[in-house]
Amino acid sequence: MPRTIAPWEIKRQLLVKAEDKTNPRYGHKPEERPAEEYIRYGVINLDKPAGPTSHEVAAWVKRILKLQNVGHGGTLEA
Amino acid sequence: MTGVLPVTLEESRKIVQALLYSGKEYVCLMKLHGNLTEQRVKEVLSEFEDTIYQRPPLRASVKRQLRTRRIYYIDFLEMNGRNVLFKVGCEGGTYIRKLCFDIGEVLGCGAHMQELRRTRAGPFVENGDIVTLHDVAYWFMEWQKQKDEKILRKFIQPMEKALALIPKIYIRDSAVDAVCHGASLTAPGVLSLETGINKDSIIAIFTLKGEAIALAKATASTEEIFKMEHGVVAKTERVLMMRGIYPKCWRSGEI
Repeated sequence: MPRTIAPWEIKRQLLVKAEDKTNPRYGHKPEERPAEEYIRYGVINLDKPAGPTSHEVAAWVKRILKLQNVGHGGTLEA
Repeated sequence: MTGVLPVTLEESRKIVQALLYSGKEYVCLMKLHGNLTEQRVKEVLSEFEDTIYQRPPLRASVKRQLRTRRIYYIDFLEMNGRNVLFKVGCEGGTYIRKLCFDIGEVLGCGAHMQELRRTRAGPFVENGDIVTLHDVAYWFMEWQKQKDEKILRKFIQPMEKALALIPKIYIRDSAVDAVCHGASLTAPGVLSLETGINKDSIIAIFTLKGEAIALAKATASTEEIFKMEHGVVAKTERVLMMRGIYPKCWRSGEI
């Protein structure tokens, strides 16, 4: 089998259909969200240590950051 | 098992679904149960660069029915006696322990997975902004002391980062709140879009400021949407943005 293109190897172009401006009164650029909101809409690229389960690690992050709801994207237990 | 584990905070849990299906990359140490030549191991590894069949293991959190998973590539790294190190890029939900077992069967001598490190989960990679639990605890303490937002950005990424590999459609301010209420996206709201969208592709709808509004299912391809003047282009599946951030520019039908 020839090597297939992985999803992260796909190159995409942006096609502009119409021009318009965005009003600065509404919303924020993701990196300019106020701190509270930045955390609530945030993701951590965590280096999972060996030993605890993904679930346990997420629970620790929840406790460290004193949050209500912390999840993880895909269990890392093979 | 160590490595890349994207952790979603509060509202960003809504994008977990997108991460689950995203591709993964691992570095795996496999132990052979017999002595083989490097040549033979390389041959068999490349045979697995294909669509493979797997039944989830006994201890799995999903239904145990045979399913297919795509192995994008397996790169042989090195071999020392019975230890084989390789890198594998695969579809989300591939069991690497099973893969090692199956490679062992084909090799004839048997094999098992010794160690595994995930080097990629979708757009999240090992040599990027990865942080340890210690980093999280340390930077959070520093943030509480200094209240400098730069510190937050050292260990937290906006949820939009998680959508980096999903094709996007950027829309007008005036179309945003309707999508936040679950409405389908129609052609006049579309400002720009990425190539590679097909009918039924999962896409992300974004504002011009680069904020994620929703995950949706495209009803047409990039080329078709580009030409469309009216009609639905994507059906909203998961709203990510809160309602009322952008002005309401739409009216509900008369009763």
